[in-house]
Amino acid sequence: MPQTTRHTLANGLTILLREAHSAPIISWWLGYRVGSRNEPSGITGSSHWVEHMMFKGTERFPAGLLDREIDRAGGQWNAFTSMDYTMYFETLPADKIDIAMAAEADRMANASFDTAETESERTVIISERQGAENQPTFWLAEEIRAAAFRVHGYHHEIIGDETDLRSMTRDDLYAHYRRHYCPANAVAVAVGAFDSAEMLTKIERFFGDIEAQPAPRLFARPEPPQQGERRVWVERPGKTAFYEICHRIPAAKHEDWVKLKVLDNVLSGSGGASDNKTSRLYQTLVKTEIAAGVGAMIQPTIDPYLYSIIVTLRDERSPAEAEAVLLAEIARLQADGISQAELNRARKQAKAAFAYSTESVTEQAYWLAQSFVLEQEDWFDGYLERLTRVSAADVLDVARRYLQPNQRIVGILQPSDPAVETAKETA
Amino acid sequence: MSSYLDSMPKEDNISRVEFDNGLALLVYENRAVQSVNITASLPAGSIYESPERSGLASLLASALLTGTLQRDFDAIHASLEDIGAALSMRGQMHKLGLFGKALAEDLPSLLATANEALRYPTFPAEHLERLRGERLTWLQYSSFDTRYRAGKAMREALYPASHPYHYGAFGDEATIAAISQADLRDFHAKHVGPAGMILVIVGNVARHEAVQLVGETLGDWQNPAQAEPLSVRFPAAPSNPERQTVFVPGKTQCDISMGALGPARQAPDYLAASLANSVLGEFGMMGRIGKSVREEQGLAYYAYSHLGGGYGPDPWVVSAGVNPENVEKAIDSMLEQIERLRGEPVSDEDLADNQSYFTGRLPLRLESNEGISAQIHAMESHQLGLNYLSQYKDKIYQISKQDLLQAAQRYLDPDNMVIAVAGPQPESAPA
Repeated sequence: MPQTTRHTLANGLTILLREAHSAPIISWWLGYRVGSRNEPSGITGSSHWVEHMMFKGTERFPAGLLDREIDRAGGQWNAFTSMDYTMYFETLPADKIDIAMAAEADRMANASFDTAETESERTVIISERQGAENQPTFWLAEEIRAAAFRVHGYHHEIIGDETDLRSMTRDDLYAHYRRHYCPANAVAVAVGAFDSAEMLTKIERFFGDIEAQPAPRLFARPEPPQQGERRVWVERPGKTAFYEICHRIPAAKHEDWVKLKVLDNVLSGSGGASDNKTSRLYQTLVKTEIAAGVGAMIQPTIDPYLYSIIVTLRDERSPAEAEAVLLAEIARLQADGISQAELNRARKQAKAAFAYSTESVTEQAYWLAQSFVLEQEDWFDGYLERLTRVSAADVLDVARRYLQPNQRIVGILQPSDPAVETAKETA
Repeated sequence: MSSYLDSMPKEDNISRVEFDNGLALLVYENRAVQSVNITASLPAGSIYESPERSGLASLLASALLTGTLQRDFDAIHASLEDIGAALSMRGQMHKLGLFGKALAEDLPSLLATANEALRYPTFPAEHLERLRGERLTWLQYSSFDTRYRAGKAMREALYPASHPYHYGAFGDEATIAAISQADLRDFHAKHVGPAGMILVIVGNVARHEAVQLVGETLGDWQNPAQAEPLSVRFPAAPSNPERQTVFVPGKTQCDISMGALGPARQAPDYLAASLANSVLGEFGMMGRIGKSVREEQGLAYYAYSHLGGGYGPDPWVVSAGVNPENVEKAIDSMLEQIERLRGEPVSDEDLADNQSYFTGRLPLRLESNEGISAQIHAMESHQLGLNYLSQYKDKIYQISKQDLLQAAQRYLDPDNMVIAVAGPQPESAPA
């Protein structure tokens, strides 16, 4: 197994390096510890919008130049914003990586935020949000977040509220950028075909002169304890009903998180590439023809978040039927725990899923960048060991402590059924 | 570190074995990973079904893993999930696709399950009803999905009802409701067999071991009733087609799908058309269309073009998602870029950029088992030759600006492109 080395530049930039010589490729990531959780009302969506603006260029790398250079080199690059972080990456043939490193260093400090470009991007982002709104489940997810988090920044969608997307100014965005894009709030990760000493020298050359500033004090308000079950009801045109049940779970660095991950594997079978047809919820909801599908989501987050299970109902089946089955399954889990066979399956699936999800240099680099933002150094290298240490007793314990009725948020998407019309016009 | 060119999949390092029953096996070792990937195709896609049974091939694909002569549904899936393996079957337009993944030590088990599902399915009635319900739910959900509706409307107007591409591989509510267990058994008997099957295995496995394993499982499969493979004709392009507009209530955005008949993968000008498509709507931030519609005008989050390039005349599609009030502006801009691509040769710089992009991206495409499998499968199924990747750079650099111009002129005629828009009624659009 390749080793990860950790370094810190004088200006505070954290560096994680991992050599992998199986292909002549390097994946280069820059992650910032800022996401939608750090946005006060009025500038919701600013982290994501800043991410878009980073592609509008700097004086040295004008908009479009990097698109061209990276595509010419046959590379891939992109960025994404989460609740907790913003990540930028380039994966390129090893001999072409310098341009990506130079560009990331430059846009950490010198992004232009041209006013006209900001306005042009405003409508692009509103279009992105409106495209998401075309999916009925977007509305359900947005309402569930808002119900679950009254105070904490997890309460709004990453893309932001439309009213803020219409009112935010270029200066609001630039201030958000200047505050959070600095070496002390960032991690640089390289995985691939390089010599670590040479790579470190290169990183120092590109990033060493960026002015140090203290890591920002991140806007984060803890969510007060929930005082009983919360329910949301959403109505949208369509034909398909959805039922979602969420429970509060701890942050990724909490020792219980990985136990809940195993619990989820038994309930929903979310084991990476593996299917879920032997899972308890598939057997009791899909095989019984109540649901057309069932899935669950347990995300590693900086602050306590939600473990959610979402059921796609079949025609003429009701959310109440899904709820009765789900609550019975939770009660069964809390009474009897899981079998050794289920635990063995979860361990094998975890081993396979981990192998699949770390085969490419891009995936390995993402795992490492996550370890920085989650403040858990062995997030990647120790993940499998932590997961295989979980016992059946651990799963029973977390089922009883976290799947409590008064810590639930339940959402129902009820469709109305208007007609869809097709018209033809001569072009 | 061995050189990239040494390890690129080619005739020298791919083991190709053709069994007596017509199955072609291709194996490539990738010792850098712990897993193994299998990708297979059989000539049993939806082009073999009748319009009245649209969706049959894809329903059959899903039903193959619901029960066999040897094992029931739960036993099949326990055998896969207990080892963290994945196996799925997908009904595609021309082929039945099989995709599997496991830790390398579990390849024998994965192959055994694939063999059993392909050869000895029983299509249990209760699982057919379950799958039917799931498919109907998916179709109902999709009927309110503007992107799906725009694409469907475009496809139905681009291909006449007499052409198999007129129909979606997933069928519609009426045809799915009508499919019986007997239909599945009949289709399986006539079309699912080893003749024309391609199986690619890539991963941490010795080539000779993989060949032996396949010989012991699928090697003795025979289906004397298997029908001859079909090819699909190139239909006449629609002439001055009507605009297709689908009103979907409760939406905030319109999806636009503009389509023309594109070249098949084996067409001599496929690579030229593919480069032209990249200039139009792929390179950089979604090519010239992305530059105009997204970057310059801020009309859309996504606006790009895509060339299908499969076994037949797949569509060449230009798509965008825009606010209802910007639909005409976006369509005009996209048509303008198509006219430009047809009206003048691309610049030397455009050609050089895109040639470099096409050849430079190969290492990334060949990094994963899935990526390598897809490339080897394409070389075999489209009869490109197993040294195609080694020759790829030369082929790309032999293409001229004139070739791109001719490809654009041959396939993209704005007057005959089908334009479909799905979104809210104008009065329900937000201000």
